[in-house]
Amino acid sequence: MGNPMKIRAGLKDGVTEVKILMQHEMETGLRKDGEGKLIPAWFITEVLAQYKGKTVLDAQFGQSISKNPYLLFRFKGGAVGEKVTVSWVDNKGDKRTDEAAIA
Amino acid sequence: MNMEVNLERRNALKAGGGLGLMALFGAVGLLSSKAALAEWNKTAFSAKTMDEALAAMGVSTAESNAIFIQLTVPEIAENGSIVPVSVTSTFPNVEQISIFVDKNPSVLAAQFNIPAGTESMVTTRVKMGQTANVVALVKADGKFYRTAKEVKVTAGGCGG
Amino acid sequence: MTTSNLMKVMLALALATSFAAVAAEKEVSDSDRIAQYRDMISDGNPADFDEMAGEELWKTAAGPSNATLEKCDLGKGPGVVKGVYAILPKYFKDTDKVQDLESRLVTCMVTLQGFSEEELVKKPFSTEQKKSDITLLTTYVVGQSKGVKMNVSTKHPKEKEAYDLGKVIFNYRAGPYDFACSTCHATNSVRIRMQDLPNLNVKSNAQSAYTSWPAYRVSQGLTRSFQWRLNDCFRQQRFPEPKFISETTIDLTMFLAVSANGAQYAGPGLKR
Ligand code: HEC
Repeated sequence: MGNPMKIRAGLKDGVTEVKILMQHEMETGLRKDGEGKLIPAWFITEVLAQYKGKTVLDAQFGQSISKNPYLLFRFKGGAVGEKVTVSWVDNKGDKRTDEAAIA
Repeated sequence: MNMEVNLERRNALKAGGGLGLMALFGAVGLLSSKAALAEWNKTAFSAKTMDEALAAMGVSTAESNAIFIQLTVPEIAENGSIVPVSVTSTFPNVEQISIFVDKNPSVLAAQFNIPAGTESMVTTRVKMGQTANVVALVKADGKFYRTAKEVKVTAGGCGG
Repeated sequence: MTTSNLMKVMLALALATSFAAVAAEKEVSDSDRIAQYRDMISDGNPADFDEMAGEELWKTAAGPSNATLEKCDLGKGPGVVKGVYAILPKYFKDTDKVQDLESRLVTCMVTLQGFSEEELVKKPFSTEQKKSDITLLTTYVVGQSKGVKMNVSTKHPKEKEAYDLGKVIFNYRAGPYDFACSTCHATNSVRIRMQDLPNLNVKSNAQSAYTSWPAYRVSQGLTRSFQWRLNDCFRQQRFPEPKFISETTIDLTMFLAVSANGAQYAGPGLKR
């Protein structure tokens, strides 16, 4: 089970802005550890954000996304108090789902 | 979200293994249609060059356009481990936004599928091993457009 | 519109365009570009996760006494976390010492949780393998002072003494290169690599430097405390490594914290 994300969602002028910070090493597979051994690739491959069961963003990541990935996007509509749900899976099959109420 | 779905999702989460999000959410009916989620494009994400990546994404031509695609990157990145990238497109009917770093070992950094109702803009952060071009590719009305900007990296961010 | 008003508008327009032209010609400096970069990454600080982890630690019973830190007095009474970083370092009666946040946390971990001080100070900083509990707790506590005005007192004689000593140490030249902190941090535009080093004798620089630490260091992928910052600068200075939470480090912290008085605390920061 992955570590919790930090999700902030705010409604302004009829548009919900979502900011997500995920906790993940995002290892490229090219880095070496202290003993000179390659650290295996380990990174988030897919992120899905949903609002009331509808997909509001569907992202695919590669090795070039930074450690602790950050995402910002906006969708029309949304209501204060309703929840945005975000899930990710990584290349090892680890996954995490968190949600945040729109403020 | 009702209790039942929550429970189903928990079970699906427990099912674990190498399930992709598509299988995960498709299986529990959280998605209105399975087709809404594309499968992770392994070939594109493993591509070593822009040409290879574009081919794997089925892009034959991508017209240059810096007017309807606004690519925001810093001119200098103090640290290549975090390079903020923001792409906004004013094309109508944007379906997809992709971000590449042309000199990274794997060039495709991220691909975003933009459903109707979601604004055609996204901000994220990429790693850059050296000074290189960040390329934004936008698919609108079935056609591809691209623009690029150079980012100078003072300390590489790919390590090892 | 009267003629004279019209003239004013036209003059204003003419001035505005000529200024714009001047501005466009002016070379954008690397410092400006770096400032732009820092601004662009300021949202989404991974230190947030360490704040969360630190809060968990604060509330979780641990140590031989199996106690939480919720009764720890950081300067505003037992259990008060909000705003304390803005008044630290500070004189504490129970220890009869001026303490910074990190040394005070160690005091609480010893008195409330029963840890051994000797053990705690052995490995006080995070490594890629293991994050330091002290740093995580520090990150949580400082986050609770975000936006609070720095207001560090020198009223108590021991506080005044620490401040004065800190000032002396800041300017004390020694070591193989005859460096003082002030060698690198008391003139404008001293550079190492690309970065301008802050002239900490200038109030606004001292304020922005002090109030942006502790900080998540992108290059290390870890949140670093102020004790770590000082430790690293002693290394830059080719001085022997100071002992964690030693008097010297607390005196220096006192001097820099007081120099930052009046500014809003803005950490945990995010640095290259
Ligand atoms: C050899 C030069 C050198 C000396 C001597 C030196 N430092 Fe530094 N200092 C640096 C560098 C380099 C940085 C980090 C700049 C960066 O990473 O962008 C720094 C950063 C700092 C910062 C943080 C500034 C910020 O805005 O983040 C503080 C505070 C500081 N030093 C205090 C001190 C103190 C106190 C001493 C004396 C014990 C000292 N320094 C001695 C080179 C030096």
